[in-house]
Amino acid sequence: MSKFTTQHEDFKNLQRRLLYLRLGLLLGLLFLSVRLWYLQVVKGDYYRALSEQNRIRTVDLKPARGLIFDRHGELLANNVPSFNLYLTVEDIRDREGLAAALEDLLGLPRAETKKRLALQARSYVPILVKAGLTLREAALIEGHRLDLPGLRIQAESQRNYPQGSLGGHLLGYVGEVSPEQQDEPAFAGLPQSSMVGKAGVEKTYDRMIRGTAGEKTIEVDARGNERKTVGVVEQTPGDDLYLSLDMRMQQMAESLLGEEAGAVVALDTTNGDVLVLASRPTFDPNTLSRGLTAAVWEQIVTDPRHPLTNRALQGQYPPGSTFKIVVASAALESDKWSSDTKVRCTGSFQSGNHTFRDWKKGGHGVMDMDQAIVNSCDVYFYNIGHRLGIDAIAETARWFGLGQPTGIDLPSERVGIVPSTEWKQRVRKEPWYAGETISVAIGQGYVTVTPLQMAVATAAAANGGTLYKPRLVRAVRERATSRLREIPPQDRGTVPLQDRTFALLHEALHGVVTRGTGGRARSKIVEIAGKTGTAQTVGARAVQTGTNHEAVPKQFRDHAWFVAYAPADAPRIAVAVIVENIGHGGTFAAPIAKALIEEYLKVSDTDDRHQNTGQF
Amino acid sequence: MIDIRTPDNFEWRFVLVAMGILAVGVISIYSVAPGPAPGGQTPLYAKQLAWILIGTLAFLAAIAIDYHKLARHAYVLYAVMLIVLALVLVMGKSSRGAQRWFSLGPIAFQPSEVAKLALVLVLAKYFADVQRSGWVQRVIVPGLLTLPGLLLILKQPDLGTAMSFTFIFVSMVLVSGLHAKALGMGILFTSMLFPFAWELIWTSLHDYQRERILTFWDPMIDPAGKGYHALQARIAIGAGGLLGKGLDEATQSRLKFLPEGHTDFVFAVFAEQWGFIGVLVLFLLFAALIFLASEIAFKARDPLGLLLAAGVLSTLGFCLMVNVGMTMGIFPIVGIPLPLMSYGGTTTVTSMAALGLLLNVKRRRLTLFY
Repeated sequence: MSKFTTQHEDFKNLQRRLLYLRLGLLLGLLFLSVRLWYLQVVKGDYYRALSEQNRIRTVDLKPARGLIFDRHGELLANNVPSFNLYLTVEDIRDREGLAAALEDLLGLPRAETKKRLALQARSYVPILVKAGLTLREAALIEGHRLDLPGLRIQAESQRNYPQGSLGGHLLGYVGEVSPEQQDEPAFAGLPQSSMVGKAGVEKTYDRMIRGTAGEKTIEVDARGNERKTVGVVEQTPGDDLYLSLDMRMQQMAESLLGEEAGAVVALDTTNGDVLVLASRPTFDPNTLSRGLTAAVWEQIVTDPRHPLTNRALQGQYPPGSTFKIVVASAALESDKWSSDTKVRCTGSFQSGNHTFRDWKKGGHGVMDMDQAIVNSCDVYFYNIGHRLGIDAIAETARWFGLGQPTGIDLPSERVGIVPSTEWKQRVRKEPWYAGETISVAIGQGYVTVTPLQMAVATAAAANGGTLYKPRLVRAVRERATSRLREIPPQDRGTVPLQDRTFALLHEALHGVVTRGTGGRARSKIVEIAGKTGTAQTVGARAVQTGTNHEAVPKQFRDHAWFVAYAPADAPRIAVAVIVENIGHGGTFAAPIAKALIEEYLKVSDTDDRHQNTGQF
Repeated sequence: MIDIRTPDNFEWRFVLVAMGILAVGVISIYSVAPGPAPGGQTPLYAKQLAWILIGTLAFLAAIAIDYHKLARHAYVLYAVMLIVLALVLVMGKSSRGAQRWFSLGPIAFQPSEVAKLALVLVLAKYFADVQRSGWVQRVIVPGLLTLPGLLLILKQPDLGTAMSFTFIFVSMVLVSGLHAKALGMGILFTSMLFPFAWELIWTSLHDYQRERILTFWDPMIDPAGKGYHALQARIAIGAGGLLGKGLDEATQSRLKFLPEGHTDFVFAVFAEQWGFIGVLVLFLLFAALIFLASEIAFKARDPLGLLLAAGVLSTLGFCLMVNVGMTMGIFPIVGIPLPLMSYGGTTTVTSMAALGLLLNVKRRRLTLFY
């Protein structure tokens, strides 16, 4: 009996304890429910946002950049398809492995890849790893895709310049928008790895030709594979540009410069259209637009010949004797001088204890203004400078637009120097010395100009004083509306010279070619007017006096200038040519100007294409 | 023979609840992997259905053989299980740093799952038989019974099952009757030993196990690496919200951001799809199962039946708590499947056999004489 009772009581105990086990498990479930409430209801929105971030990626749809044509409809810039490799940092599992694989497959330096990964702050924005993959490279990457999550190859359009290096400076090139640029208002709000213009018209007109990027929202799985498209905002292609440039003449100018450093600018004197804007040495914008390695970039930037500099508007040279056009104008407008004022040139001019020499030993004899321009008599102009003083010359130079930007639609134009007493005091903190005017009177000393400024000034002298703003882009075709919007010519005022001053200048400049220093520019088919110039380089004067040109080291030789316009009686084209470190302007620069003028007038006489604006 | 027409002998409510949970599991597995498995094999949900079919046979077998008869061979069965556990260390298939599986053709068999049931059986038998109540009889001897199995499983290593083993032992000791005073002393003793034991345990852990424990405290230490499972599971559950995202919109599981969605993290898949309300319904099913199981234990005919049922209950209950707890970030991630829901042959068949044992106990409670 007692044993049974004990067993019975034991069993009751077991049952009682069992109820604790049940209670414990049910309480456990209750506790889990509370935690579940916290996760799903209290923090539900937070975790839902995290899950959305997991699955949603946005892919930029790059717009096609606008096309660029020359005045005859020749294609200068377009887009070609290209395979670009992108990387989403968030999807990477193994950075080391990825960097190693990119080195093995594509030859990208491991260290550079890792540096780029480290720099990337927003990990879900794809970054461009390499543009323009070859088919073989694309196939290699695709083959390894499962081992390399985060990589994506995208077929996109690549900027292409069919003419190669021709006109490279004025076209410019494109590149990925840099972090610094993203802070500028012109590039604000552009997605990273957007292509923007970095130089030339690509930069000036970037806002018009870059178009508007679209956006594709996609859902990806854990491996980063696209599963479906959630939404699309279509991209809008950029507007097309029609340049005033004549590509045939541009090509001619560049090949005439050849291996020499220098620049050629040709303008339409009637509206400021830029017909030629050549600068050598040059570069191929295709190379620069395709993503350079650091080493190649370094090589271009440190090249002593500065191929990236557009000498036509960034090269600042002493104008040499071409400046005599300005000084002559200053003299003729002044009451201290007239066209009949005569000077006996003995080959030198004494100012204080310094002797200024004429380029011609023994001098030119008695000269009036016309003869002095035709023969480029230095002594005559030394006398003008001495009589007028620097400020009268500076004022006239500014009338011709020197010392100021021409306002061309290209970035980074430089302005040169028009020295004056005020300028010297402001910049050099010194007074002007009268002797310094003598050098300026023949375009040496402090005065510097750009070839573009000289072309604009020559055009103004030719057309009776209208100072045009050089126009490189004549029209824009809006892609959205297909409408062609012309950019009207703009002038910056007139050069306030009297008619007889212009008349004398026209007569004398024509004489330079027919009976003076510019004989090499004489043409059988058109009457050309012009002015030679031989600009001494800074360190050259000591070496130069009286020595044979061939014996002078190349970098100390003179820059050869020639400015011209034609036809002499009814000008339509103005040209400025400079060839660095080569010698006399009459010898080396004049033939280039002549060839371009003949080409332009020959073509436009036979078919009047350039005036036919309707054919864009 | 089983008389399934007698409602009192065959618990239909119990079977319905279990079937409900199994169905939820199959649906969740289907939603993660609706297509054929990699390599063009049978889809996972179809395989799981096959396992449930085999599990049904195990379930019926576990009902059919009288548990008294089973208990008579408890020690032999346990010894066989220990030998199998030793064999798996020698001949087993190694995967992800652990040696837990036997490879039987296309099927991987995990003996440690079955060993849990063997331990329940042997401890129930022992406590039912033991007469005296003293430390040696009530704690030390059963402890020595548990220890070889525990050590063999730790050696694999399988932290999750080892924890189950320990929990089965502790809960059986408690149910079989340890006085409150003794319990207090035991806890005191254990906590005094803990600093020394911790050192031993921590250094014996594999690197990945240590990382799991560290990243449990803070998954953001390495969100893309070691903390990835924990973080993605938490995101999946949280994103489910009150009403759930539905099968199609549950992106965490459908797009595979949540790893192991068909096995250890099947609960997170379900929580993302069905939300708080859905999980409450699931919890109610589990609560009903716990309630009915403890009811069977309570009404068992004899201490052996009660202890057996209590052991099965605590095995399943422990796995439920730890699995759900780890996916919610309450426990570190240890590889414990969710009973009746996670994909897997051994776990499904064993869990269903365990349910069979429960019904076995219920079925024999009115048979006073046999």
